[in-house]
Amino acid sequence: MGKCDAFVIGGSAGSLDVLLKVLPLVRTDLSFPIVIVIHRKHGADSLLPDLLSARTSLRVKEVEEKETILPGTVYVAPSDYHLLIELDHTFSLDYSEKINFSRPAIDATFQTAAEVYGAGLVCLLLSGSNADGVEGLKSVKQWGGLATIQDPESAQVAYMPEEARKRVNIDRILRIEDMPEFINLLS
Amino acid sequence: MELPVVNDEQVELLLADLLEQYGYDFTGYSRASLKRRIIRLYSLDKALSFAEFRYRVNNDQDYFKRFVEQITVNVTEMFRDPVFFKTLRDTVLPKLGTYPFIRIWLAGCSTGEEAYSMSILLKELNLLQKSLIYATDLNPTVLEKAAQGMFGLAQMKQYSENYILSGGTNDFSSYYTASYSLAKFDEELKRKIIFSTHNLVSDHSFNEFQLILCRNVLIYFDRDLQNKVLQLFDDSLDDLGYMALGTKETIDFSPITGKYKRLANHKIWRKVS
Repeated sequence: MGKCDAFVIGGSAGSLDVLLKVLPLVRTDLSFPIVIVIHRKHGADSLLPDLLSARTSLRVKEVEEKETILPGTVYVAPSDYHLLIELDHTFSLDYSEKINFSRPAIDATFQTAAEVYGAGLVCLLLSGSNADGVEGLKSVKQWGGLATIQDPESAQVAYMPEEARKRVNIDRILRIEDMPEFINLLS
Repeated sequence: MELPVVNDEQVELLLADLLEQYGYDFTGYSRASLKRRIIRLYSLDKALSFAEFRYRVNNDQDYFKRFVEQITVNVTEMFRDPVFFKTLRDTVLPKLGTYPFIRIWLAGCSTGEEAYSMSILLKELNLLQKSLIYATDLNPTVLEKAAQGMFGLAQMKQYSENYILSGGTNDFSSYYTASYSLAKFDEELKRKIIFSTHNLVSDHSFNEFQLILCRNVLIYFDRDLQNKVLQLFDDSLDDLGYMALGTKETIDFSPITGKYKRLANHKIWRKVS
């Protein structure tokens, strides 16, 4: 693993608790951006950035379309849009069909990030009850990035990381208590 | 190891072809979404090679139509974002209702769900008679579907919920007749809608409007094209007219922003100078 240029986290049921535990322990002089894609109900907007913001002094914000991605910032995908990453390191939003019954779909963000950041990308797939993110992790591997998952044993809902472990050659399996150090050492 | 079947250079080749062969300019579209949709179509149609795929787009008129329809996003619903429609109902349309005539432009109307929603709103406010809705899209195929006014019956439960949340008090099912798996909306709702092709990238202003809606279209454009289109809307909007964008869209970064006043907490702007 060389330099980390972007850290993208995907999660569904049971992933919010993980974020709330991990984020406060992440160093605040981070040399890369963190992008968070969490399945949630449409309309529950802007609560998530506030919730996370209260736990860290890193800048946390909901993504705005065409926004340039900056290091040291935590970006949260808005609800009901797919979040894509462009070659010029900006975000774009997309309201196309749901993927894996989800919008935002973790796959869409992982896949576009994989092409843009290549070996500089680290993705982490957390607890969840469907297989969204698994195809995305495959792309991450294809483009030379690092694919990591929450240890299914420690996940509230093991299905999502478990599927990833079965179908993708995962680089690291992380317990919740090991995640902050893992992220901090990438910086 | 399977890498994407269409790479960035090939996407650019296709976009250059579309412009040269057909005069459709997609070069101002954001690439990530476009590329995903091109790859999706490529797999869906089981293209044998990029060369074959490209040849079809360039030489087969029907396939070109399909290509344009498939690379643009045509996902929409009735009364999407009910709060938005509630604001139209409670605030915007009553203001416009004092005018002798209301012209509305729905840009990027896709298969027409918003046009019919608007028609229902106007009817309930007793404004339909003096209104005209111009619903435009660059895709002739989706407009044909829109003109039929038939939508999946399976969606009606969701649309009815949206309608009620938007302040609707009638029985939503009174607006359509169920026929097999489709809901056919009343002819009366269609009478005041004009469906027509219009390409926001290349076509000019064609009328003066009191309300322009363009929701979840600008997200597919780069900043330059967004600004160009917002200028087009500004040129097409009467003073004191309203412009409405999607939940995640804004005029803040456009030169026209100074002329507009935003309705607090909504993606609706009023032209004030």
